[in-house]
Amino acid sequence: MSNTFNRRNFLKLSLLASGGMLIGVGCSEEADMPTSTDDLDFHSFNAYIEMAKNGIVKIYSPNPEIGQGVKTSMPMIVAEELDVSWKKVHVVQAPLSNDFNRQVAGGSQSIRQNFPALRMAGATVKMMFLTAVAKKWDVGVDTLKVAQGIISSQDGKKINYEEVIEEAIKIPVPENAPLKNVEDFTLIGKAINNVDIKPIITGKPLFGVDYKEKGMKYAAVARPPFGASLQSVDDTEAKAVKGVEQVIQFNNKVAVVANSTWAAFKGKSKLKIEWGNLQDDENTTLFDQKMAQLLHNGKLEEKIKSGDISKAKAEADQIIEQTYEAPFLPHNTMEPMNFFADVTDKKIRLVGPTQVPRSSANVVAQLLERNVEDVTVEMTRMGGGFGRRLSTDYAEDAAMVSHLAKAPIKLMYTREDDMSIGQYRPKVKYKITATLKNGQLTGYQLKEAIVNNNGMNKGIAKFFPFGAVDHYLAESANVPADVTTLWWRAPITNFLGFATESFMDELALKLQKDPIELRMELLENAKGKKTPYSPERMQQTIQLVKEKSNWGNAPKGIYQGFACYYSHNSYVAEVCDLEMIDGKPIAKRFYASVDCGIVINTSGAKNQIEGAILDGMGHAMYGNLELKDGIAQSQNFDKYKLIRMMDTPVIETYFVNSNQAPTGLGEPGMPPAGAAYANAYVKATGKRMLKQPFFS
Amino acid sequence: MKFDLIINKKNYTVDVEDGTPLLWVLRDELELVGTKFGCGIGECGACTVHIDGKAERSCQQMVELVEGKEITTIEGLSENGDHPVQKAWETLDVPQCGYCQSGQMMTASAFLRKNPTPSPEEIRMAMHGNICRCASYNRIEKAVALAAEKLK
Ligand code: FES
Ligand code: FES
Repeated sequence: MSNTFNRRNFLKLSLLASGGMLIGVGCSEEADMPTSTDDLDFHSFNAYIEMAKNGIVKIYSPNPEIGQGVKTSMPMIVAEELDVSWKKVHVVQAPLSNDFNRQVAGGSQSIRQNFPALRMAGATVKMMFLTAVAKKWDVGVDTLKVAQGIISSQDGKKINYEEVIEEAIKIPVPENAPLKNVEDFTLIGKAINNVDIKPIITGKPLFGVDYKEKGMKYAAVARPPFGASLQSVDDTEAKAVKGVEQVIQFNNKVAVVANSTWAAFKGKSKLKIEWGNLQDDENTTLFDQKMAQLLHNGKLEEKIKSGDISKAKAEADQIIEQTYEAPFLPHNTMEPMNFFADVTDKKIRLVGPTQVPRSSANVVAQLLERNVEDVTVEMTRMGGGFGRRLSTDYAEDAAMVSHLAKAPIKLMYTREDDMSIGQYRPKVKYKITATLKNGQLTGYQLKEAIVNNNGMNKGIAKFFPFGAVDHYLAESANVPADVTTLWWRAPITNFLGFATESFMDELALKLQKDPIELRMELLENAKGKKTPYSPERMQQTIQLVKEKSNWGNAPKGIYQGFACYYSHNSYVAEVCDLEMIDGKPIAKRFYASVDCGIVINTSGAKNQIEGAILDGMGHAMYGNLELKDGIAQSQNFDKYKLIRMMDTPVIETYFVNSNQAPTGLGEPGMPPAGAAYANAYVKATGKRMLKQPFFS
Repeated sequence: MKFDLIINKKNYTVDVEDGTPLLWVLRDELELVGTKFGCGIGECGACTVHIDGKAERSCQQMVELVEGKEITTIEGLSENGDHPVQKAWETLDVPQCGYCQSGQMMTASAFLRKNPTPSPEEIRMAMHGNICRCASYNRIEKAVALAAEKLK
């Protein structure tokens, strides 16, 4: 794939950081003929679009697919502006290439940041076809109409795109092809099936773990507990396992290279390793104590301040304070970490699941002291990401082992590797203090204690209720740790959303206000203030869920909890319906309203919200990874509970009708979920959930 | 050692160590990679196949114990991907990442063969053993019910 890719530089499209367009016209490299036959039919218009004589359109999807649906929705945007029938579109995952902007799956930004470039890619090629046909028929371009890849003239002539490929491809790339009016979208906003649905339901090779090459070896790697180091290894028994070919020590780790996954796993389990320098302070209980102390009287770094919180405290007639705690969490993607690497003197080929192909190439080049131009990266479909594959650790290990073993290898994690050598959601605590005067919220103080400097940035520190109160202060304190931590679906907000929204609920109770009314009032105060969120859009979103959930009028025996949150540029409000069944509170239903601007694919979008809510609720209920001496105390699903079918409520999702540019969707559904559940739970049982997981 | 296996109605002879889980025989030796690895300890269901018509965790089935038995993997569930369960999965656009889904479909299809007219509660119970980390549970549940309809 990668060797045929340069010729698509014919037209380079990239997006400036400002969001503006830069269209550079690369010189045509059509002379550089494709090498494989299935490429022969296709004519390349730009990095995204190729077309064949039979009318099939190949659209390259630039960003990594982790289950968030971009492999379907990104090409939909291209196809919309190109104006071709979706039935004729064949989607291909693009490899890492300079032709694309930000090939990253993270922060729910794929659609938001690429929307203009994807549209322009389609519109530009449509314009080339129109121009070619206008010339051919000797009419003005603006007298022509196009729909579904068929161009028609005022006098009723019709011609298909594929009939004029040769002419169109020669048209100089237009600088400013007009974009459709949002109202004229025909594909965007429809429910379109996952483009990989067929291979998924028939079990075709798709994922990194499925990747295989002739001569490839399998590697499993033993890694030290956090902070520890390799003392000694006895590999006699490991080498005696049939199929094991090499045992290699590198960088405090031990790799077993074998001719099958099973032999590699078995070999690894037979290694007798002594780890030295175990860190007895890499301990959940110790981290807990440090955080509690910091929140009590430690020194915190100011993130955002407005007004004077001490004044508000001095003048308050009531002060409410609450602390919320969250554990480390492994990402636990269903497909464990794995990567293929073939390191030779000439080239480094990497294939596998990564949310960050660009940095994978960079770090591997650096690690092996090679030119980054020698590195190619192909992305496979991923069995989940949730942030885990924003780390390049396993790609580096794969490359290093291939380099040392002098063979193409596929590195495979066992589930135990995956859960114990994680990049965890950082453990965190929040202490929130509110000052009340005459029944009004006057001040709000948010204190955060978190490991590894993973705390909120200034942007997040300005989330609601910043702007809604006169006196506001957000501060953070760091607890250094050896344990490696990383972004985890809805970083920071996955728990800050819970803390904020649980606190709001408590506040409403204290003020004897309806929880929705309290939010509406506070949002009213925030109007006209400089906030990252729009109070108007949040109010609208809340209003929608209020109606859909029948808020305040639930039948007897149903306890409703409400939460809302703005994150990743999107607005989500959720109501959880809880029922007491045999004395147990059971979440029966969630209503969710979402404002993410224009919805590209309603099927994929709903899937994301359904998943994010159940994921958020499930982790709030059960997710917990304890550390002792730097060793994960849960290493497989027998000791780590994930939400399963019998715990799941039905999710009803509603989107706010919007013509605004699309925003994030993979993450924003998650932050309110735990709080909506907890806020219903307190109604049903009187018990307020302050600590995750709720149940053990 | 050599083992004779019947998979998707075809005969195979594989040369692997005894004790090798069927999962890895399928994936590494026979290139039937639709059966997925999730946990290796029988807890997630990603590796579910049918053995003599029953849903089993292939990571827990040693190769020597499945010789001569009828093994069906997702690749053999239907000729053209049109088993009612597969159709239902397609109609409802169930997958998110898709990784768990072959295991889900193998559990669902074995279950529906045993119980073609399940109650909603029976569906939830039957599917409880399969983890979907993306939590596409709502759609899985609907798809099993839809498949049951189609089977009628
Ligand atoms: S891999 Fe077999 S049950 Fe998880
Ligand atoms: S769809 Fe991703 S694990 Fe089920």
